[in-house]
Amino acid sequence: MRMVMEHQHHSAAVSVTEIRSLLKEVNDPEVPVLSILDLGIVRDIKADGDTVEIVITPTYSGCPAMDMIRMEIAAVLGRHGYGNARITTVLSPAWTTEWMSQEGKDKLKAYGIAPPTPLQQVCHTKLFHREEAIQCPHCQSYHTSLISEFGSTACKALYRCEDCKEPFDYFKCH
Amino acid sequence: MSEPTILFQYVLHLADDVLILGHRNSEWTGHGPILEQDIAISNIALDLIGQARNFYQYAAQLSNERGISATEDSLAYLRDGWDFRNCLLVEQTNGDWAKTILRQFFFSAHQIDLYEQLAKGGDATLAAIGAKAYKEAIYHLRWSSEWVIRLGDGTEESHARMVRALDELWKFTGELHTPAPYELWASGSGTGPDLPILRLKWEERVKNIFDEAGLTYPATQWMQTGGKEGRHTEQLGYILAEMQFLQRAYPECEW
Repeated sequence: MRMVMEHQHHSAAVSVTEIRSLLKEVNDPEVPVLSILDLGIVRDIKADGDTVEIVITPTYSGCPAMDMIRMEIAAVLGRHGYGNARITTVLSPAWTTEWMSQEGKDKLKAYGIAPPTPLQQVCHTKLFHREEAIQCPHCQSYHTSLISEFGSTACKALYRCEDCKEPFDYFKCH
Repeated sequence: MSEPTILFQYVLHLADDVLILGHRNSEWTGHGPILEQDIAISNIALDLIGQARNFYQYAAQLSNERGISATEDSLAYLRDGWDFRNCLLVEQTNGDWAKTILRQFFFSAHQIDLYEQLAKGGDATLAAIGAKAYKEAIYHLRWSSEWVIRLGDGTEESHARMVRALDELWKFTGELHTPAPYELWASGSGTGPDLPILRLKWEERVKNIFDEAGLTYPATQWMQTGGKEGRHTEQLGYILAEMQFLQRAYPECEW
């Protein structure tokens, strides 16, 4: 991500570091355990004098959470005196689960959602073949099977653990 | 036709294809054969409608630049049937699960190569939308391919239904690769792919899956065309009647 220098000469200069820490308060409404920073959808924070622009990208084209995320960003920044923050959306480069932070992956697992596997593994397998080694977030078993490639949100698949018998969501590699 | 106008038409065509198919798929929401597949087809609908929004937003921008006021909503909700440039395949009724699956499979087998090429094309906005949506199309193609095989190579009943779906839909597949004027412009200008080349890849994909599914790849026959130039089957009107009702009855209403 591009670093933006603070404008020291301006009395009301915006601190990118401060903005970044404020964005930790904005969570994905559909996976509330993740902040938008964990999710990797904040692509840039641009500060120029006293204006600030947050650049975000959707996970999937149809992600219904984007409007709510934009509102949340505006609300959080507004509460901290950045009422004129501009929030823009970019599509390129396309979001990938590679941008999810390790902290985010740990949080997902603790929340009961299997985190995405690294992209260098087999992401796009042959028909009827399944991604290997999706670990059950409850009992840590790798003896799991896919129920459906599409889950409760666009970014998740439904799995079942063959050992503890619990169903679970897998945040799919994308 | 001027270049901005023809680009606008091309973008509208891309948008209309995925909006109409997304709407059709969304008709299954709450009616899927089992819960997991109801969720799957609804997710696919969501992806397609999200892609449509991206294309419509770009089309609206192009229109506004030419001084003709438009928004993504006005393009989706306030145009009449003859202004829609989607192919005939995507507007066909859902029928049974076999027909819905086969329609999705035919479209995804086309969309995946189309978007991969758009992503490499000369229009930066279309390239960005294409690159993003390509990743989603991979799931759709995989899911629908597996279902074509599962049903085609399943029971006597499921096989018979796939054969019937094939009989109903095949005549609409030729249009996918029959270029409309704006698609000829798109390939000529390096914006979009050359459809006759895409056709070869599509045929190979479909033949491979049909082989596994025990379905016979039909012999060449006369194909229905016209949707991409606004000449639609009866089915589109019913979709628009339902989809556009609220904005027609209560203009600019929001919730």
